[in-house]
Amino acid sequence: MATIRSLSVVGLAWLLLLGLPTWSWAHGFAGQRFFPTTLAVDDPFVSDELSFLLSHTKEPRQGEEPPTGSTEFSVDYTKRLTPRLGLSLGGSYLHLNPEEGSTENGFGNLEVGAKYQLITLASAEALFSFGLTAEVGGTGARSVGAESVSTLSPSIFFGKGFGDLPETVPFLRPFALTGAFAANIPTRKQTVTTQVDPLSGDLSQETELHPITFSWGLTLQYNLQYLQAFVKDVGLGAPFNRMIPLVEFPMETCLNRGCGGQTTGTINPGIIWFGKYIELGAEATIPINSRSGKNVGALFLVHFFIDDLFPHSLGRPLFP
Amino acid sequence: MRPYQVPIAVCGLALVWCGLQTAWGHAFPERSDPPAGATVAVAPALVRIWFDAALEPAFSSLRVQTARGQPIPHEEGQVDASNAALLTVRLPPLASGTYRVLWSVVARDGHRTEGTYTFTVQ
Repeated sequence: MATIRSLSVVGLAWLLLLGLPTWSWAHGFAGQRFFPTTLAVDDPFVSDELSFLLSHTKEPRQGEEPPTGSTEFSVDYTKRLTPRLGLSLGGSYLHLNPEEGSTENGFGNLEVGAKYQLITLASAEALFSFGLTAEVGGTGARSVGAESVSTLSPSIFFGKGFGDLPETVPFLRPFALTGAFAANIPTRKQTVTTQVDPLSGDLSQETELHPITFSWGLTLQYNLQYLQAFVKDVGLGAPFNRMIPLVEFPMETCLNRGCGGQTTGTINPGIIWFGKYIELGAEATIPINSRSGKNVGALFLVHFFIDDLFPHSLGRPLFP
Repeated sequence: MRPYQVPIAVCGLALVWCGLQTAWGHAFPERSDPPAGATVAVAPALVRIWFDAALEPAFSSLRVQTARGQPIPHEEGQVDASNAALLTVRLPPLASGTYRVLWSVVARDGHRTEGTYTFTVQ
């Protein structure tokens, strides 16, 4: 009975919250600057959103692993608890097609995270957030490379629009820069696997090291909607007046345990289009070195602004 | 259906569904008169900004000031009575110079957007 009463109180409170009027900025705004959701580098803002990301790349040879074509479909959902605090849940499904051997399909590890948008400076078009993400080890399939160890990633994020540049350089004002930096800390230093040789019966041990890595990513964006509406109407029509050409630089540097100092990453030129409820994006992924791969890959994004689709229900913060 | 067709189908259905939704969402400016960054030969009698969503008249404003930030005496900017997505303000005769337009709007769903741009009268 007490449980039913508690649920009734929570339900009533929820209905009251839904009925309250609010005026909010919601997704990716700092003043007149709209920051889109980017494909490879995490965003510096918190919003109610649902993203579908499809990526295809060819992984280089790693030790005994042959070069492998990798196609990944990821889903990420973020829900705001308050206007500044959001929780996220992400998952992925992978299809691996190695040059030698059979194909593998399976889910990657689940990711859960929290992000807090600490600073929003409208006049400077600046954002700053911090967060914590956890990849939950053992929730995905080992056959597609999902680790058995969990990884915690404390992160910081920033976004800065250049709308405050002087009027003498008007065509630089639509530029914006965003960045994300994270330390990826495994919860175990290593995993030791004991195997029995089926022929000789001998025991052998294999040690897999789990290094700490540092993710660092930047995006450079040129917002054509900003150019048209706030700088100079150059006569762009749809769909070009809602496009944002950009380049992303998602990088990762290994810090210890056998790979210290090694950096991998890609340079991703691409384009984003945003509408009232959705955002679409496409990028090429160009490896920066042989360790990162030899082939150009591709990323495709379909992103839904839940706060715009359901402004009075699902898209509102739980505690506005 | 092959496995890779599932996400494509989900995204496709979601996109169609989005297209059927009522026009909620943040209000973005579609175009303005005078346009952003324009130089006009004749001083405009009105500043008009067309948005892509209906606006809340009580919480939407439009002001014009000189490039140095001095306010121009004019009537209050308002949402057009016959077009809820049009924000307009009537101006007194303007001398030659550069003027800054400042707007702030709340869309019907409660989302706020704002912006500023300049135009020049020859």
